[in-house]
Amino acid sequence: MRYDVFIAGYGGQGVLLAGNLLSYAAIHEGKNVSFFPAYGVEKRGGAAMCTVVFADGETGSPVVGNPSVSVLLNQLSFDKYASKVKRGGVCIVNSTLIDIGGLTIPEVEIVQVPMNQIALDMGDVRMVNMVACGAYIEKTGAMQLSSLEAALKKALPERNHKLIPANVNAMNAGAKAAKG
Amino acid sequence: MTVTSTEKLFVKGNEAVAMAAIEAGCRCYFGYPITPQSDIPEYLSRELPKSGGEFLQAESEIGAINMLLGASATGVRAMTSSSGPGISLKQEGISYMAGSELPGVIIDIMRSGPGLGGIDASQADYWQATRGGGHGGYRIIVLAPASVQEMYDLTMLAFDLSDIYRMPAMVLSDSVVGQMKESIVANPRAKLALPEKNWVVRGRAEGEEQKIVKSLHLGDGEMEAFHWQMDARYHELADKECRWEEVETADAELIVTAFGSTSRIAKTAIVMAREAGMKVGLIRPISLFPFPKKAYAQLSERCKLFLDIELSTGQMIDDVRLSVARDAEVAFYGRPPGAGSLPTPEELFEQIRKNYRATA
Repeated sequence: MRYDVFIAGYGGQGVLLAGNLLSYAAIHEGKNVSFFPAYGVEKRGGAAMCTVVFADGETGSPVVGNPSVSVLLNQLSFDKYASKVKRGGVCIVNSTLIDIGGLTIPEVEIVQVPMNQIALDMGDVRMVNMVACGAYIEKTGAMQLSSLEAALKKALPERNHKLIPANVNAMNAGAKAAKG
Repeated sequence: MTVTSTEKLFVKGNEAVAMAAIEAGCRCYFGYPITPQSDIPEYLSRELPKSGGEFLQAESEIGAINMLLGASATGVRAMTSSSGPGISLKQEGISYMAGSELPGVIIDIMRSGPGLGGIDASQADYWQATRGGGHGGYRIIVLAPASVQEMYDLTMLAFDLSDIYRMPAMVLSDSVVGQMKESIVANPRAKLALPEKNWVVRGRAEGEEQKIVKSLHLGDGEMEAFHWQMDARYHELADKECRWEEVETADAELIVTAFGSTSRIAKTAIVMAREAGMKVGLIRPISLFPFPKKAYAQLSERCKLFLDIELSTGQMIDDVRLSVARDAEVAFYGRPPGAGSLPTPEELFEQIRKNYRATA
């Protein structure tokens, strides 16, 4: 089985960390992983995106034209990338910042999760990427939430490990919201 | 970081190069920053001194390549890295190294050009790398990784081949493979049997014969003899050191050929083609010099249709055409480098469908 997910937003939303976390979690489950980042030269606020491909066998192309799952965190990335989701795929959007404007994509399920709002309710808007990761796992079943928790230990520097429980709570909240 | 383990590490392609250099016993690194390869000097500036090596940021790319020449002449393993304009600046030094029969590893993480170009992935320096790049008519070993694991493995190999054949070796990659992260096992393979470096210049003990490392050959017939000697070495490389990968070529009606990052994108396109009932395979050269000519010749005895894909207007296609049987057709699809020009698997699948024809 080969999974691919495209994550996009603006710099500062934790797009690349989310991609790294999903990568570490997939490695934790014994998968081969390719993580391909792309971002602007800006320190903050520029476009940030990444593609994660994981598989039991070869990952093949790190570049994906029509992702089976896209996680879109701001309006700009929604306008640009929502229509690229593969038929039969899932588009998970941060509905706090994105107005889908009645858009429907043939054979694509659009899942609206108020990610910023949930993160704010959990205590810090910076956890928006954790909410997104939780929603991704809930909608795809591509990996276990416990693997993501293990990934946090790998991806975060030691000094931030005290924040792991709060991040796990945010993931759970994201998963719950995506369940609907 | 000690990397001798079976644990899976999750690292950038550029970091894997730097890790492999340390593992290969590189004692000196000289470089100058340029995107998209700066992760290599960043990593080595931190880690190389810990293992007793020397990291030096040179005043320029020209300075760095000449430091590589000097370090190599004393017999230590040494490396430099750069991209695009920086590699162009290094060509004079690479020519002098080739002329002086000096080993040394050069990492080229290609970016777009000509001129300042841009920082996006490119394969448009294939000619520059495989044809020698500088003046005088020489070749260097060129290896093209397609994964982070290969960034590691081929950097290790580049050091060995460079020492064995006494010529510079280049790892030719691009910003896709350099910037992406994959899980790797830092797995130092058994080192190749290496010749003794009995030519190094590091002081002359009493009674020892004088050793001279130079690229100036003025004696009657001396330069000509040197050229034939190097030519023989290039032929030996072609006999012994060709490396390539084939995927599903046995029954293929069309064989895609691509190197580095493009071959990765092509692999997924080939899976899509197979799912659509087309018999499509892949040949990926891992060594670009020596180019695996015989592998192409053999495949083209049965399969008469090739599709060459590159991030350029077509450079490797020269070597493909020189290698395949005369009655084989080589189609081409290229995306010259630049922002937004990286092809998707879906796009390459369309190209396969357009060119494909079943003989049965």
